[in-house]
Amino acid sequence: MSLLELKNVYKIYGDLHALDDVNLKVEKGEWLAIMGPSGSGKSTMMNIIGCMDKPSKGEVLLDGVNIAAESAKNLTNIRRDKIGLIFQQFHLVNYLTAVENVMLAQYYHSIPDEKEALEALERVGLADRAKHLPSQLSGGEQQRVCVARALINHPEIILADEPTGNLDDANEEIVVELFRKLHEEGTTLIVVTHDPEVAETAQRMVVLRNGKISKETVNENFTGHIRFH
Amino acid sequence: MTKRKMYFRMITASLMRRRSRMLVALLAIAIGATILSGLVTIYYDVPRQMGAQFRNYGANMILTAADGSFTKEDMDAGLAIVASADLVGATPFRYETVRIHEQPIMAAGTDMEAVKKTSPYWLIEGEWPAGSGEILVGENVAENLNLKIGSTVTLSFTPEADEGAGASENAGADDEVVLDNMIDFVVKGTLNTGGSEEDYVYIPMADLEELTGIAEEIDLAEVSISTSGDGLNAYMERINTQVPAVHARLVKRVTASETTVLSKLQALVLLVTVVVLALTMICVATTMTAVVTERRREIGLRKAIGASDASIIQEFMGEGMLLGGVGGILGSGLGFAFAQFVSVNVFSSTITLRPVLVPVTIIVSIVITGVACLLPIKSATKVDPALVLKGE
Repeated sequence: MSLLELKNVYKIYGDLHALDDVNLKVEKGEWLAIMGPSGSGKSTMMNIIGCMDKPSKGEVLLDGVNIAAESAKNLTNIRRDKIGLIFQQFHLVNYLTAVENVMLAQYYHSIPDEKEALEALERVGLADRAKHLPSQLSGGEQQRVCVARALINHPEIILADEPTGNLDDANEEIVVELFRKLHEEGTTLIVVTHDPEVAETAQRMVVLRNGKISKETVNENFTGHIRFH
Repeated sequence: MTKRKMYFRMITASLMRRRSRMLVALLAIAIGATILSGLVTIYYDVPRQMGAQFRNYGANMILTAADGSFTKEDMDAGLAIVASADLVGATPFRYETVRIHEQPIMAAGTDMEAVKKTSPYWLIEGEWPAGSGEILVGENVAENLNLKIGSTVTLSFTPEADEGAGASENAGADDEVVLDNMIDFVVKGTLNTGGSEEDYVYIPMADLEELTGIAEEIDLAEVSISTSGDGLNAYMERINTQVPAVHARLVKRVTASETTVLSKLQALVLLVTVVVLALTMICVATTMTAVVTERRREIGLRKAIGASDASIIQEFMGEGMLLGGVGGILGSGLGFAFAQFVSVNVFSSTITLRPVLVPVTIIVSIVITGVACLLPIKSATKVDPALVLKGE
């Protein structure tokens, strides 16, 4: 059984079909990139997979559970327990330190553990920046805090929406390298991006156009390392 | 770390690290709590303050004999019932008709020091009599008899003849003359009140007793008690019950107007307090609405990473209540200072701190803030994480 399966998924806003009969399977431990131009339905798909929205039609099976049929409360629980989110705009709580931001995810999930949160920051190379506020961190550092926050609860899937969209090449490489390590450890990664270099680092890539999957490519030369053109 | 510890770490971080934002909310709450605490202090202190002011207009209780006359001892027994903190003063009076320049004048024997307490409105020209042989003359009497301050005047009193002895003596001598008792007094001052007091001469009780040859008896006692309404009625009833020789009654013109003024003043203070509470709630609700609007993105993020509606409510309510608590602590201190300022400037006296008002102010402040936060927090739970995180 696939970890995630979208079956004939539609998202319709009036006359607009943001997602139009989308079928997609993601296996456990897979690294998938979702590409597409603006308005192609990437964000809508991200919101549905991330349990922040429901499809108009179709099924979304996450670990065998059809999340399309779940209540808002259950979706919150599923999102908390199974999904780690990374955003383009970082989205850290600006009055909490780096370690407190990581502990925030623990707080909603189970029990906050500062030691474990510090270890997560150490994994992303920010042990020495743990007590800094987001305003005292660079964009790359903030995104690494987001990665640490996303992985702290050992989610089934890490869902990253344009994770390198606001980063320079050096930080982009650091973040992709973190994804590679997570993939090696068996974490399932779904990365929504418009950046071909980032998409090419994934094992598989699907391209969305007008709400439909227009192309699906398997990366034969998968290494997990970014190659700048 | 426990969840509770993390919870407090979050809400204190929110308040401490967003100081400039939260200062506005804290200021609103602290000002509300200050005025609330101050007004409640004044509300409870008004009867005491006004009571003291009313006592300048004279006694509010009169003791008379239940049957015939009563003694100083009876009066003291009645006064023993009044709490010493409430008793402003009590003055015994005994009235006798004396003669000055062969004209009958009403003389009142009294305790001059006690009169100063029960009738502080008496206006004296000259000096108060300080001891035996000195009198205070009502202005009408002084005018009619042309008595000047510093002059000496003789008071005559015709004692009643012993009826038993008189009857036997008169049987044999019808024209026997009863000799007057006479004492010379120095006029120390004249009394101006605008009332009937100006028709009397006031002499020390001991001198009147010597003049009349009758000791211990008093006709009336004026009592000034710094309480009003039910408290005063209770004292009156207890005196009437426990001291049979004395009949206590209230000076209606004083007590009725006192009760009316007090109840109106207290109603006014209460109304202002309620208005202030309502304004504080509106102010806090407005500030919290602004805080929630400003933090929509953060709320969206929290929901995206797994916060339930209950968690969001708990966190914002926690912040609000913490603000309420801090505002309440500040308000209870500042409120006392405010009440003290009002008391000193309006009533010319200080007030004492009512310790119970400190926790009450803090609790009311927390509750008011909590209620004011309800609507803004409810709107916080409606934030859609997907929309907010996309920057919409």
